[in-house]
Parts: sequence; structure tokens; C-alpha cells
Amino acid sequence: MRHIISTLVVNQPGVMIRVAGLFSRRGYNIESIAVGKSEDPALSRIIIVVDADDDQVVEQIEKQLYKLIDVIKVNDLPPDESIERELALIKVNAGSQSRSEVLHIVNIFRAKIVDVGSRAVVVEITGGSDKVEALIALLKPYGIREIVRTGQIAMLRSNPGLR
Amino acid sequence: MKLSGANILLECLEREGVEVIFGYPGGQVIPIYDALYDNSKIRNILVRHEQGAAHAADGYARSTGKVGVCIATSGPGATNLVTGIATAYMDSAPIVAITGQVPTFMLGRDSFQEADITGITMPITKHNYLVKDIRDLPRVIKEAFHIAATGRPGPVLIDLAKDITVQTDKFKYPEKIDLPGYKPNYVGNTRQIKEAVEGIQKAERPLIYIGGGVVTSGAHAEIIKLAELIDAPVTPTLMGLTAIPGDHRLNIGMLGMHGTATANFAVCECDLLIAIGARFDDRVTGKIDAFAPKAKIIHIDIDPAEIGKNVRVDVPIVGDARMVLENLLEKLEPQKHPEWLKQIAAWQKEYPLRYEPHKLNPQRVIEEINAITKGDAIICTDVGQHQMWTAQFYKFTQPRSLISSGGLGTMGFGFPAAIGAQIGNPDRLVIDIAGDGSFQMNIQELGTAVANRIPVKVVIINNFYLGMVRQWQEFFFKKRYSATALDHNPDFVKIAEAFGAKGFKVTEIGQLRSALEKAFETPGPVVVDCHVEREENVLPMVPAGGAIHQMIGVNN
Repeated sequence: MRHIISTLVVNQPGVMIRVAGLFSRRGYNIESIAVGKSEDPALSRIIIVVDADDDQVVEQIEKQLYKLIDVIKVNDLPPDESIERELALIKVNAGSQSRSEVLHIVNIFRAKIVDVGSRAVVVEITGGSDKVEALIALLKPYGIREIVRTGQIAMLRSNPGLR
Repeated sequence: MKLSGANILLECLEREGVEVIFGYPGGQVIPIYDALYDNSKIRNILVRHEQGAAHAADGYARSTGKVGVCIATSGPGATNLVTGIATAYMDSAPIVAITGQVPTFMLGRDSFQEADITGITMPITKHNYLVKDIRDLPRVIKEAFHIAATGRPGPVLIDLAKDITVQTDKFKYPEKIDLPGYKPNYVGNTRQIKEAVEGIQKAERPLIYIGGGVVTSGAHAEIIKLAELIDAPVTPTLMGLTAIPGDHRLNIGMLGMHGTATANFAVCECDLLIAIGARFDDRVTGKIDAFAPKAKIIHIDIDPAEIGKNVRVDVPIVGDARMVLENLLEKLEPQKHPEWLKQIAAWQKEYPLRYEPHKLNPQRVIEEINAITKGDAIICTDVGQHQMWTAQFYKFTQPRSLISSGGLGTMGFGFPAAIGAQIGNPDRLVIDIAGDGSFQMNIQELGTAVANRIPVKVVIINNFYLGMVRQWQEFFFKKRYSATALDHNPDFVKIAEAFGAKGFKVTEIGQLRSALEKAFETPGPVVVDCHVEREENVLPMVPAGGAIHQMIGVNN
């Protein structure tokens, strides 16, 4: 099952390596990892999406993360009480013939064209992974040249349980 | 007044109570050694190889409970510490390793003797630091000692760029430690303790399984109290062996791959397993599904990540072994389990550890050492057959008296560890029981022992084989002794003498007792080379991955 693990860490050089190294060393599969500053400039938040077979594995991951001195807090975010987002840039072929179709798809997804060239456009989309995947699937026939994704970020809703 | 980084380092070490460091100089640590030249409080033991420094710091730490310190230069000096650091990590020994590093402006340029030692040691340290600003130095050192010694202890590495050691700064040692991500929990949860008490009161066949955590936390008295109060047998792991006297009536000997048949049968039949400061290592459990199949499991450990890692636990208690035991003891009522203990006694009678005592067998050597020292010596071992025979036949009377690489299984550990243990315990007899293979892995430390008048006694269980591997080849590889015969072993007596130590050779059983007695009475370092029966095996033996009640050497 897919788990989103939100990890608050001290903003130290090497902290990403400590966390990522722990995952590879102990054989946990990282689907995506994203890091950035948190509300406290001294702390960063790392959002790791893992695929774990059972709850015991996730419990071990949490405990092992807590053993790192630079890790302050670990949260396994429940998917139905969290907001998940990812940003992707997709460079897709869009010559004069297909451009309007591509634009149409982009509009339906409430994505944005952020760059236009003579033969291609760059699409920016924000959303959950499913939405990003769906857009990629629809744009594929036109010829995707490049994709860049930030990896999932997520946070607990303000009133978890009350949605 | 401003101090150099090197002097700040020494000031901090003094404040942490460091009296001795084990080290080896080199380009990037010359400033530190230069400062040491004027320092009268910290003694440097110059080893002959950095690996020896790490193991010596480890032996010092394990035998005293204090933090051991080693120093090496950058690059190869630092990488030579790696095996020693990993050894300390696997056995939770508190050491602080200080390495020199190229100056900050040369970092990342593949400079001469540059190695990313913080990167290399990340998976084998409890924590590590690269100091690039002299203002961080006192805080880092204070944190390093705190992290190494508290909670589940372990090695911490401090990598010090050379320019930091020569810059100067005002010295102020921080009073407080601010580590929001590090708060070890010592006191067990009250509700879980209550549950444990209930489980213990209900048990009919309880078994106490103790590991190195019991030794670390100093819970020896509490373990005996618990065992006697609830009338339960105790089986220690290799790391927990000294937590209960070897001849205590409730001590049924080590469990696991080379454990006693009684201990392994007891694991299989118990209805309650109380695991304390132990981590269910595969050398202990064998096949995990067949381990304690009839038992509820209470697991007491200071490291939450150990609980539920290898086996499912019914009552998890995160806390310090001694504190949790004190708490448990207050609440427990005395119990009697005559039936269970009768069963244990029957197994003990039927399946004792046995060997042919009239030959110069390795087990006999250990028993003689035990008889002469009355179980009071500090025994260090290397890794292999001699290590297991030591665990089986030496009856330890005092805690922290077996210094052995359990988790990593590092050959070459014993001798340098013995040097460290002797420095930490100048008044005790320290014996390194070594294998002929293992001893040769750090034999150069004879120079350290002689130069510093460290009176360690080395007893080599010499079978001219890498015996444990040979045993596996005998049992599982059709006696194809590939690369295990050491037919060209050197004359260890001559080697000892060449270094300036004393040496004795034992080739017949008649010489054994007097040679050992003479060796232990001789001042200074001594090597006793015992040419034992070559193809003796360590029994019982649970084949790797097998169920622990099914042992080679035990008919049932």
C-alpha cells in the first residue's frame, strides 16, 4: 500500500542523504521524495511516498526515521484526511494541427500553458498524482518530449475527520 | 583568551572526563597531536594501525562503561577506522571517533588523503558531524559524547577540517544540550508494565532472555532478583553473557546457533519469553517461525525500533532495562515453577556441553583459563570457534567482562580491544582468547602493548585453520576445505619475542596448566600459543536458518 510519510527535520547539510540512505539501506521503496523549508526556517519538511506491503513495515520506517538525530517528527498521513499535490511540467508536441486539441485537454484539466514554441508547448499541472497521470496519458498520443515532476507533497487537513 | 581549535578539542575532551585516547597521527591531525604534546591530562596510546585504535576505544568503552575515544587522520586513517566503528555500532558501544579532514577550502576537490568519511560512516554511526566552523566545535563535541553514551549507546564520528584546528576562538563549553530530535525514553510505560506483570504472574513456563542491553544498563542485580523472584531460568546471548554469573543455578547458558541444548529447548517450550535488552538476532532465533512458538513475548528495550523488528511482540516496553526491571520488581509477587525447572534440569542432565577432556582440546584450554582465573578475568575474544567455546565454557563472575564482537563478527577485534580494556582496568587480569586466524588480523598491536607496557595475555587457540569456516565446510560443503588451512602459520612465540613480549608454546596437554599459570603471572604482554586438536567442532550447532531446537550434536 502507498503511504505518505511527512518528516520534519533539522535543516542541516546532509539530512536528505541520511533519510534517503536509510530507505535504500533497509530496502524500503521510495516512490517520490520532496523537500523544502517548513514554517520554521530552521526546519525542513520531507515528504516521502513509499510503497509498503504491511503496516509493520511502515511502523519500522517511522521508528528508524526517529532514530536519526536530525529527525524531529514523523507522520504517516492518512490519505483521506490529507491534501496531496504534485506539480509537473510536460513538454508536448503541439504543431499547428494539434495545438487546439492539446489546449482543449489542458483546459479541461485546469492546467496551464506556460510556454509556447512553434512545435511544442509546455504544460504546467498541479494536483494529486492520479490527475497528473491522467493528463500525461491523454497527452501521450501527441508526443511527449520531456516530463519533470516535483514529487508528491502533502499535509493533513485543518480539521481532519471533519470533511 | 583565545584557543586554537586543537586546544578547544582537548579542553572539551577533558571536560568530558577523557583520560586516554587511542590514535595515530597523520597530516591533517598534526595540529591536534601538537596540542597533545603539551597536554598532561590526556594520554595518547599510539597504536600500530587505525583499526586497532577503534577497537581499543571500543574495548575500553565496553569494559568501563565510559566513552572510548579514537583519533585518526583523514583519508586512509579515517577509512581504517571504519571496521571498528561498524563493530561498535552493531554492539551498541559508545565511542567517539575523531578524524582529521582536509582544510575547508580543499574539501570536495579530491585533495590528497581526502575521503568523505561522514558519508562513508553514515550507516554505521549513531550520528556524525563534519565541523567546518570553529564556533560549532564545542557544541558538536558535547553533543557527540551525549549521543554516544545515552539511550542505546553507539559510535559518533567527528570529522574536523584541518583549518578549524589551527584557527582560534574564544572557548566556552556549552552547559546545555539542545537536540529536539533526540529524546531517549528510559522509563517504561506504566500500562505496559502492568500488562507485563499480569503476563508474568500467569505464566507457567517463563523464560528470561537477556542481551547486551542488560549489561549496558547495569541491570545485573535486577536480573538475578527477577529470575529468583519468579523462579524462571535465564538464557543470555553472547552480548548478555556477563549479566548473570556463569554458575548461577538459574542460568541455563547461551541460546541460539551455538547455545546449549537446554536453552534452545527452553525457548521452544516456554509459554512466556521475557526478552530484555536483546534484539532477536538471526544467530539467536534461527528460523523465526519456529522461535518460541508457544510463548507470549514481552520485549523490553531502550530502542523502539528493535521492538517488532524481527518478531511479533505481545507486550512492548520501551525503556532502560534497569529502570523497567526496578519497576517490574516492585509489582511482582514471588512465584514457583517446580515442574518447569525439573524439566530444565532433566535437559541439562541429558544434554550437557561435552568434549574429550584428555586431549589438548580447545574447550579444555578455556576451562583451564576459567579454573586459574576463577571466572574473574576480563576476557576478550576474536571471532570464530574460540569465541563460541569461550562463551560456552568460561563462567563469568562479573559484568562487562566479556568483550567480543557479536553483531558484526569482526575478526581481529579481540587483541586491540583487550589493550583498551586493560587501559581502562589497570588492576584486572585481561586475557585475549584469540584464534590463529583472527590474531593475525591485528597482530601488529603487539607493538602497542609492548611500548605502553600493557600486560594483556593472549591465548591463541591455534588449530592451524580458519576453524569456524572449516567446520561449516565439514558440515555443509563435503569437507572441501577451500582456503581455510593455515598450514603456514608463523611461530607465534618468536613473533611475540621479536616485538619484545614473552611467548610460550603448548603442544601437549601436560604443559597447558603450568604454561597458562606462568603466562598470567608474567608481567607485561604475553602470548601463549596452544596447538589444539585441529578438527574439533563447536557443538551444538543450529544450521543457519534452521529451527533452534534442531541441533547438530544433540540427539533427540
